[in-house]
Amino acid sequence: MTTKLMGEKVRRVEDARLLRGEGRYVDDLAPGALEVAVLRSPHAHARIKGIDVDPVLDVEGVVAVYTYDDLSGPMAEPLPLLIPHPALTHGRTQYALAKDEVNYAGEAVAMVVAESRYVAEDAVALIRVDYEVLPPVVGIDAARRGERLVHEDVPGNVAARLEQGSGDAEAAIAAAPHRLSLDLTVERSASTPMEGRGTVARWDPDTKRLLVWSSTQTSTGVRAAVATKLGLGLGQVDVITPDVGGGFGVKIMHPWPEELLVPMAAMALGRPVKFTEDRREHFISSAHERGQVQHVDVGFDEDGRLLGLSVEFWHDNGAYTPYGLIVPIITSTQLLGPYKPRAYKVVFESLYTNTVIVTPYRGAGRPQGVYAMERTMDAIAAYLGKDRTEVRSVNFIQPDEFPYDHGMTFQDGRPLIYDSGDYPASLEKLKALVGWDEFESFRQEARGEGRRVGIGLACYVEGTGVGPYEGAHINVETTGKVKVAIGLTTQGQGHQTAFAQIVADELGVPFEDVEVTSGDTRRMPYAVGTFASRAAVMSGSAVALAARQTRTKALRIAAEALEAAEDDLEIVDGQIRVKGAPGTGIALGTVAVLSNPLRYAFDEASKLATQFVVGDPTKPPVAEDDEPGLEGKDFYSPERSTFANGMHAVIVETDPETAEIKILKYAVVHDCGNLINPMIVEGQIHGGVAQGVGGALYERMAYDANGQLLNASFMDFLMPYATEVPESIDIDHLETPSPLNPLGLKGAGEAGVIPSAAVFASAIEDAEGIPVRAMPISPSELFELRRTHQHEADQHEEQS
Amino acid sequence: MTESLHAVRLTVNGVAHDVEVPARRLLSDALRHELRLTGTHVGCEHGVCGACTVLVDGRPMRSCLMLAVSAVDAEITTVEGLAEPDGSLGAVQQAFKECHGLQCGFCTPGFLTTITAGLAENPDPTREEAREMIAGNLCRCTGYQNIIASVCRAAELRRGDR
Repeated sequence: MTTKLMGEKVRRVEDARLLRGEGRYVDDLAPGALEVAVLRSPHAHARIKGIDVDPVLDVEGVVAVYTYDDLSGPMAEPLPLLIPHPALTHGRTQYALAKDEVNYAGEAVAMVVAESRYVAEDAVALIRVDYEVLPPVVGIDAARRGERLVHEDVPGNVAARLEQGSGDAEAAIAAAPHRLSLDLTVERSASTPMEGRGTVARWDPDTKRLLVWSSTQTSTGVRAAVATKLGLGLGQVDVITPDVGGGFGVKIMHPWPEELLVPMAAMALGRPVKFTEDRREHFISSAHERGQVQHVDVGFDEDGRLLGLSVEFWHDNGAYTPYGLIVPIITSTQLLGPYKPRAYKVVFESLYTNTVIVTPYRGAGRPQGVYAMERTMDAIAAYLGKDRTEVRSVNFIQPDEFPYDHGMTFQDGRPLIYDSGDYPASLEKLKALVGWDEFESFRQEARGEGRRVGIGLACYVEGTGVGPYEGAHINVETTGKVKVAIGLTTQGQGHQTAFAQIVADELGVPFEDVEVTSGDTRRMPYAVGTFASRAAVMSGSAVALAARQTRTKALRIAAEALEAAEDDLEIVDGQIRVKGAPGTGIALGTVAVLSNPLRYAFDEASKLATQFVVGDPTKPPVAEDDEPGLEGKDFYSPERSTFANGMHAVIVETDPETAEIKILKYAVVHDCGNLINPMIVEGQIHGGVAQGVGGALYERMAYDANGQLLNASFMDFLMPYATEVPESIDIDHLETPSPLNPLGLKGAGEAGVIPSAAVFASAIEDAEGIPVRAMPISPSELFELRRTHQHEADQHEEQS
Repeated sequence: MTESLHAVRLTVNGVAHDVEVPARRLLSDALRHELRLTGTHVGCEHGVCGACTVLVDGRPMRSCLMLAVSAVDAEITTVEGLAEPDGSLGAVQQAFKECHGLQCGFCTPGFLTTITAGLAENPDPTREEAREMIAGNLCRCTGYQNIIASVCRAAELRRGDR
């Protein structure tokens, strides 16, 4: 009997290959390919007055060198602005190789192609560029002052200004019994996957086709970009995403300059060409995120109920805006979390600086929004002298209020309507899990030992599974093996396992017989990509729909072959049989033979099929509304996003002397609807929390006043090791299924990282009794914060 | 300028390979590109992330910090050499599979080699020792909890507690 796999902790089919060292990442492919190295601007802001590549040409092993002057046609135009928005009045994108000016240290200026990366790097060092160095704009404050401009034709460095809201927030605040204002900052961090970017391209002069492998989160996007930029028909370009060593958002940005330059060189040179980004390049030329300055005005009643909330924030988008306004729009909408302010207004400015571009990193603007809202909740609780959970509770959207319409427009251009959730239940679970009510006695106990501890919590709602669509194609081979193709890519989420679970359940076949291929445009040319916690919701739903279609066709053919009614049939372990009559059936592989009127007897299944008769001999072998083959193909396109949610709590201990911050307990309550594979979901949460710890306590992009990134290495950018993360994470799930898709799924990929800055700020503030308004916070910053606070307290005392 | 090449015999996973490499060729690159043993991954090229860790005479080494020419006379073990003689997964590999100790798999080979050496030295680590054992390797996907669990499970498997 086939057991149901949906919801089971099925071990991953990906693992054996990866554990044996048999993974295939981009740099593992095309041995002997030419390799490129990119000359990157050493200046944050400069005019290029001349480039001398002559010394490079004498280097043995150098095959070609490119500068902007070597680009033509669409390649000589600026890179695409992927997601335009009416509010993005001053969108700017860079060129594949810099034209006339550079706007961040790390911007691509020239590319050398050589027999090896070693030689290519030697050659890059010989290129002479005459720069006229210009004063850079670094940091949000400098951008806002607008005394210097990143782009001469963008006044005030303002790429976009967007205002949204519902109700008259300002009037509501003015009329509220209590008011507070907060000024907050969040610094930059970045996705920093263990594998950087990479692209390999091979041009086949015989078939006039280009094959590109890229470490990307969207193979279809890269394909369309390459075809357009190189003037090829879409049908001439195939893009395959092989194993990807982590993405976390940075690889949804596309096309990167090298994703176009490498195929261009491969075509021109007639040899495979490879780009493998090194770690320093990743820091200075791949995207960052997070950096914002925020101002909150809030009016509330005696219970802490939000009567009016007005938020203004300034978003650092770096030197260019290829990804539009996605990140700040998400901040501005997802800031609302599980709460329902009576009136809300949000305004943001997206600002240029002479730094690396800012595009989504896991969480994509949500961590900043949650930080603003949760800091506000804590401030209200402190002001009213109330428990922080009580203030949150009175503001929760209640379970009977779904679907809940915020009266706003979400990132996908659709109305911001929450589909399901039970926030009071989640909070109860969280309080039990972390021991919220028992904490005060623990605090007293710790205080008695001279220890300082604090507890914090943070709640979030995450729009997941944004459209427009994903598809799946299923083909049952005559062996009974089921081949599934999805279009989006995979970078460690276990899609091959999770989607095989769905197919096995829906189609009634053994899990082992299902093979899932992802991110190969030859197998599924229509797809969007893996981002916004959308893979499970979008592709999972498409896979289910395609499997149901395949099942329907299989039952139709089998009913004819077995002379039974379709309704009387079931599929168990790959055998179609009359319900409750084992041994009477027909194998799915045999049905696959029957589905194709071309019956060369290649295999055993074909021979077996001769005992069955299907099809009306008086009609064409393939009916008008039918196709040969046992296949199913379907697309899932939701009317709007589905909203997952969760709540985190942390207990920290801060050292009274050194200000070291230690995590004593970390608890997560998570609602991503129905779970496909709880093991994978928990793994996603673990990883997200670790990234959140990094973002809250360690990671920042340390730019100096000249726009030089001072910590562009793993030595200096402090990503958590095992010693920095919580020893264990207590996880509890609440499953409120989404009504918007066939399996009741919501996304889970980003959840772990979203409330981190907020939850740590909450706990550290609780431990210290000092307002925390800037994250991340290092021990030395906490130490400074104590000194400033003490100094202010002393001054206050002197004055009084 | 022609770069002079050096004839080097690299003994990897019990097999001798004769290669000619420039003096500056990193061991990691020689393994990956000369020998086509691409299971060893390069995550930072400055010895911090540990993805490229291989065993040199049984000791974990960052192969991005070692020149190929300096690896002559050494017995090198890469991730490709961690399976059992019968081809089944080795104890550490099996433990990672059971405990969901990997996601994207890029850092994984460096953890597997590091833990293999760690358990040879300390076959029965406490959880705290397991954590210390992997504290020099970076992973961006897993959050490490399941990797620590994998270390403990691998220790059990090595003792025959299957």
